Amino acid sequence: MTSHLLSAGDLSAEHALTILDSAEQMYAIQSRPIKKLPTLRGRTVVNLFFEDSTRTRSSFEIAGKWLSADVINISAKGSSVSKGESLRDTALTVAAMGVDALVVRHASSGAVQRITEWVDCHVINAGDGTHEHPTQALLDAFALRRRIGDLTGKHVVIVGDLTHSRVARSNVLLLNTLGARVTLVAPPTLMPAAVHTWECATSWDLDEVLSGKAAGDVDAVMTLRVQRERMSGGYFPTEREYAISYGLSPRRLSMLSEDAPVLHPGPMNRGLEISSAAADGPRSLVLDQVKAGVAVRMSVLYHLLAGAQPAPVLEEAAGL
Amino acid sequence: MSVPSPNDDDSYGRRRPRKTVLLRGVRPLGGEKVDVLLRDGLIAELGPDLAVDLAANDVEVIDGHTASGSAILLPAFVDLHTHLREPGREDTETIASGSAAAALGGFGCVHAMANTTPVADNAEIVEQVARLGRRAGLVDVRPVGAVSKGLAGEELAEIGNMARSAAAVRVFSDDGRCVSDARLMRRALEYLKPFDGVLAQHAQDPRLADSGACAHEGELSGKLGLPGWPAVAEESIIARDVMLAEHTSSRLHVCHVSTGGSVEVIRWAKSRGIEVTAEVTPHHLLLTCDLIAGYDPLFKVNPPLRPAADVEALRAGLADGTIDAVATDHAPHAAQDKDHAFADAAFGMLGLQTAVGVLIESMIKTGQLDWAGLADRMSVRPARIGRVSGHGRPIAIGEPANLTLIDPDASWSVVPEALASLSTNTPYAGRTLTGAVRATFLRGQATVRAGALVPAAEDQAVLA
Repeated sequence: MTSHLLSAGDLSAEHALTILDSAEQMYAIQSRPIKKLPTLRGRTVVNLFFEDSTRTRSSFEIAGKWLSADVINISAKGSSVSKGESLRDTALTVAAMGVDALVVRHASSGAVQRITEWVDCHVINAGDGTHEHPTQALLDAFALRRRIGDLTGKHVVIVGDLTHSRVARSNVLLLNTLGARVTLVAPPTLMPAAVHTWECATSWDLDEVLSGKAAGDVDAVMTLRVQRERMSGGYFPTEREYAISYGLSPRRLSMLSEDAPVLHPGPMNRGLEISSAAADGPRSLVLDQVKAGVAVRMSVLYHLLAGAQPAPVLEEAAGL
Repeated sequence: MSVPSPNDDDSYGRRRPRKTVLLRGVRPLGGEKVDVLLRDGLIAELGPDLAVDLAANDVEVIDGHTASGSAILLPAFVDLHTHLREPGREDTETIASGSAAAALGGFGCVHAMANTTPVADNAEIVEQVARLGRRAGLVDVRPVGAVSKGLAGEELAEIGNMARSAAAVRVFSDDGRCVSDARLMRRALEYLKPFDGVLAQHAQDPRLADSGACAHEGELSGKLGLPGWPAVAEESIIARDVMLAEHTSSRLHVCHVSTGGSVEVIRWAKSRGIEVTAEVTPHHLLLTCDLIAGYDPLFKVNPPLRPAADVEALRAGLADGTIDAVATDHAPHAAQDKDHAFADAAFGMLGLQTAVGVLIESMIKTGQLDWAGLADRMSVRPARIGRVSGHGRPIAIGEPANLTLIDPDASWSVVPEALASLSTNTPYAGRTLTGAVRATFLRGQATVRAGALVPAAEDQAVLA
């Protein structure tokens, strides 16, 4: 694996599967009474978050801690531009403390890639602007694989605010790498520019996509958070109309084949993009995704930081 | 109403007593090889093998011979669009350092944009800018006045006072911001008519491309997740403005045209007889938007770099004269203002010293302009648009000796730190450009000689 994880597109199928397979082992540890592995003892991981994100930060923090790394959280929100410090200075300052890996979240696309130009340590993209969120795509793939098996040939529908979604970008890239087929669904105002150049199908009509040409055409539906402030930007008229047009309602659930799961990266707007029936029902992978997040991030940290060392480690864990 | 002419200020001029200069074996506008004698600020003699008594007249001789032939003599360039950052950001550029970069780039005149701190929206600031330009003494610095107070786009700035001031402002622009309010735009176009002014519009509908928009809206902006700056945000404003210019019978100049659609609109407007002119930057003639794939803010500029098809359309528009002028939009920025994520970094790139090299690569080598055409687009027409007397004149006996001498085949590597600007944000770092400025003359006196700045102290007269 390379020394950074910036984009889901950087992962070959082999790399991605290696991470997902190792994550299976990590996942097993989560159900053990003692969860800590000594693998990254003495290593320092800094969660450098320029933007608030409780769930992603906690997930990386737990992942690092269960691998025995020293994990430090730095909230750099409001530093940099507004305080007059450049991104470069902030990154160099943190890296100078002797960090092995930086886990970076930033509100601006490409910020994480810029940081790799300045620091020597490993850098993991924990979400950059409206660009990418590769560990989210990995955890989505992990949760999906556990539920529906190998993703080769599977059809995944992603619906929501695609223009502003880093989750969508990373998922399109990774799902393609893993052999799945993707259809993006959104109103034209929330479709990314030149989306026709992406490796996926697109549609403005969720019902048409869900009803499918063939029964059971859709193997999973991922619905994305819609920021309420998009309404004032004129992207859609009202919440009501959005929910009616694109919300994952009980009626739409019933159009899916019985075992097709539903994913949401959270936090959810119940009643807007997802109904409680979808969020809480047996199809829901929402909490599986959260659990998968820790395992996948353990795996990513392990592969970046432990390099070519032999794989984990259940034996070691047992020896603790 | 008495409007002072901008160039009857020779009493301020540096470099007296004036040397006589003999250019041996140069090719005016790329034509036949001649000798040119510069005396008393004018082209005094011109012809093959001039007989000049060198000893008697204290004549400085500059040999036009180059490694591969003869140097090209052109009218010194006139830049309609330069950010000199003074007053306000003297850490990034000063009128003196920007003037040096301009002279080294072959320019004899630059128009200093109004978005300084404080804004050049009154007579006092524009006079100060003009005065500092004269003190630097390397190029004629023509201040641009703001259209609206504080560039806020709400109330007219003191256009009349700036026009009547010693700085004799003729070009008015809120550059960096679009005069987006149609009513204010109309009023401004009307109001500057008595002063023979021109409104230079930064065409960017802020409702279609707000201040966060930073990447050409298209395949790459979608993939990179960068806020898109769609072509239509420029084109729709130009379409509106040409109709306003027609309605008011005023002069409109469109800054840094960046899209093929804009070229089409301007072409149509000109065919209709509307008094519109337009400029294009060197970078929009050479660089394409795929350069931002690595999120390097050195390539962040406003308007953004566009796809190759737009670059082709801009070249064609400049070649056929739809686009009148090349303007650098030289925009120095401190490193700390670029060391951010792409979306958070400052817009702009250096341009003065690389302009002619980029034009040679994009227009001369491609056969779309000859040297006379280059002179027309970089000197003659911009001087006319800015109402700059004494510049953009024919190379003929009796004309002002505002000239630049180019070695068309010399290649040089762009080293950011070696440029005269106080900032280093050139997008051409490491590139090799062909075409080097050997000498520049302002009213007959060398500001650049042998490719190097002539130190101002060398022959500077006492300042007024």
